[in-house]
Amino acid sequence: MTARDITAAPAATGSETIAGIDAAVEPHGPKPRRISAGRIGLYAFLVVSALFFLIPLYIMIVTSLKTMPEIRLGNLFNLPADPTIQPWIDALFNACTGLDCEGLSPGFLNSVKITLPSVVVSIVCASINGYALTYWPYKGANLLFALLVFGAFVPYQVVIYPLIIGLSSVGLFASLPGIVIIHTIFGMPLLTLLYRNFYASLPVELFKAARVDGAGFWRIFFMIMVPMSVPITIVAVILQVTGIWNDFLFGVVFAGRPNWPMTVQLNNIVNSTTGVREYNINMAATILTAAVPLIVYFVSGRWFVRGIAAGAVKG
Amino acid sequence: MAEVSVRNLGVSFGHLQVLKDLNLEVNAGEFIVLLGPSGCGKSTLLNAIAGLLDINAGQIWIDGKNVTWMEPKDRGIGMVFQSYALYPRMTAEKNLTFGLRVARVPKDEIARRVEKAADLLQIKPLLQRRPAELSGGQRQRVAIGRALVRDVDVFLFDEPLSNLDAKLRTELRVELKKLHNQLGSTMIYVTHDQIEALTLADRIAVMHGGVIQQLATPKEIYRRPVNRFVAGFVGSPAMNFVEGKLTRINGSAVLQLATGETVTLDGYEFATHPEDGRPAVLGVRPEQLDLKSQSGGSMLPIEVTLIDPMGADSLLWGTVASEIVSVRIGPDDVFKAGEKLRASFQPAHASLFDARSGERI
Repeated sequence: MTARDITAAPAATGSETIAGIDAAVEPHGPKPRRISAGRIGLYAFLVVSALFFLIPLYIMIVTSLKTMPEIRLGNLFNLPADPTIQPWIDALFNACTGLDCEGLSPGFLNSVKITLPSVVVSIVCASINGYALTYWPYKGANLLFALLVFGAFVPYQVVIYPLIIGLSSVGLFASLPGIVIIHTIFGMPLLTLLYRNFYASLPVELFKAARVDGAGFWRIFFMIMVPMSVPITIVAVILQVTGIWNDFLFGVVFAGRPNWPMTVQLNNIVNSTTGVREYNINMAATILTAAVPLIVYFVSGRWFVRGIAAGAVKG
Repeated sequence: MAEVSVRNLGVSFGHLQVLKDLNLEVNAGEFIVLLGPSGCGKSTLLNAIAGLLDINAGQIWIDGKNVTWMEPKDRGIGMVFQSYALYPRMTAEKNLTFGLRVARVPKDEIARRVEKAADLLQIKPLLQRRPAELSGGQRQRVAIGRALVRDVDVFLFDEPLSNLDAKLRTELRVELKKLHNQLGSTMIYVTHDQIEALTLADRIAVMHGGVIQQLATPKEIYRRPVNRFVAGFVGSPAMNFVEGKLTRINGSAVLQLATGETVTLDGYEFATHPEDGRPAVLGVRPEQLDLKSQSGGSMLPIEVTLIDPMGADSLLWGTVASEIVSVRIGPDDVFKAGEKLRASFQPAHASLFDARSGERI
């Protein structure tokens, strides 16, 4: 414990909180023992578990590279005898949903068009929210915050119908701006909570110093707070990108047919009831749809943990 | 040069009244230290002067202007915080100049002021570094520099040395005193460290429970505390308190201890003439007790418990009428535990407090 306390100390002393995260993590604790039977057993168990959970992915990948005749042979686990990437091309550009045979590519573009503005708008709003709630408490700020957090627990189904009525009365139902507004609203409780807690963890004296220096609401936000918010913003971006990309319900209800995101189109391809079920194309389409959140996780997992820790450590 | 005047100040957080009807007059160029334990309202008072919190009642005047409703930046103050509060993503120089850039001060004027402050604080080589690359002492210098470049007449310090280690604290304390002599600005300094208070202050305001208990020079505070709280809070080790009853023997006042022994109080200046039989507390500082001269003056019977050597001198701990007292003795003086001695003191330098109200008699 003592070694840990020493390495943790700089982060606890104040203004360099954020920089403290970059500091190298020194090894601590007792030296690990040499390999023992228990260890081998443990790792064997972990490897077997990992392989077990990877089986579906393996089947998806090999199936997506097989031709339909080969799939009909039923050898699920066999590697493709005659690998082909045609199913992937078909999934992207030729697969049919009803009468349209353009594949997933329009859905991909739609998802990008929905995700990008939704992520940006919701994060900008939430960070300003969190900042105002933390540093400029106005009358009723706590009540508002409590309501916002409560909003995180409201089941979506309850509010869908009122939202449809509301949006169509202002002419935004089934449109790109409409779905962006919906995602922004539903991202607000969690993101505001995230940002508020992060800003509350910063030393309040920073804010006071900036006030004495003559900076106002926006200048303190943009010049002091935003540069310090990188870790928590990474967390927010990951949450929002994956959440909005994976969304099906809001997309199918609020985006409108021309703007349907990739998830909805995937469903339409996989669930089409006419003709032959093209398993290879279905598998390829599913992997393609899942690719974006997967890539985000792989690239940013490290940052995600750091960002979460950054919010939590400093008291 | 600017004087600061706090008039009938009231601050409360919700239902908790932190400051009530507080008055404080700080002369131009004066170094005032607000001293008190945690939660006594000293930082709240400083924040109120800075304009960083909403006040419920009263007014604050700086340099002859009513600044009660002014923004912090318009009050002509610079402030230094305990946690340095340097902007972590800016270099030391950008930290110094942030306020000036906000106020759109011309570039050459900014450069001139940074130059001057950096010279004064010897932080020139550090200007291009970020706060994370500075040590605690260097950070606090930069933070002081940020207050300096504002070119103001009133500086507010909120426990600026509390996060530093003992050696650095002493160094920076001396530098702060020099800085005050050089600039001649008004300084208001919050601390719970009595050494800082006694060394830095022109006058100390000892605070407790949101009330200024005593506002006086360090000497006066140390020698003639107005009540038992001030007496016990200032001084290390703390003042010795011995309870008893005030009576008279042959017309001169004496304190009768619980054991029945009497201590003469000839030479003590009573503020009001005390009535007979009044319960009182005698306060004597450890260095005012003398174990060598065993005759004359006022005497306290003391039984030795143990001796703490402290280097330059030693502390003898013992009991007087079953109350624990300490006596400062020479480093080479030898006493045995259980030894029964008599400690003499000058009543003129001691303090007497009412046992119930704690006020000086």
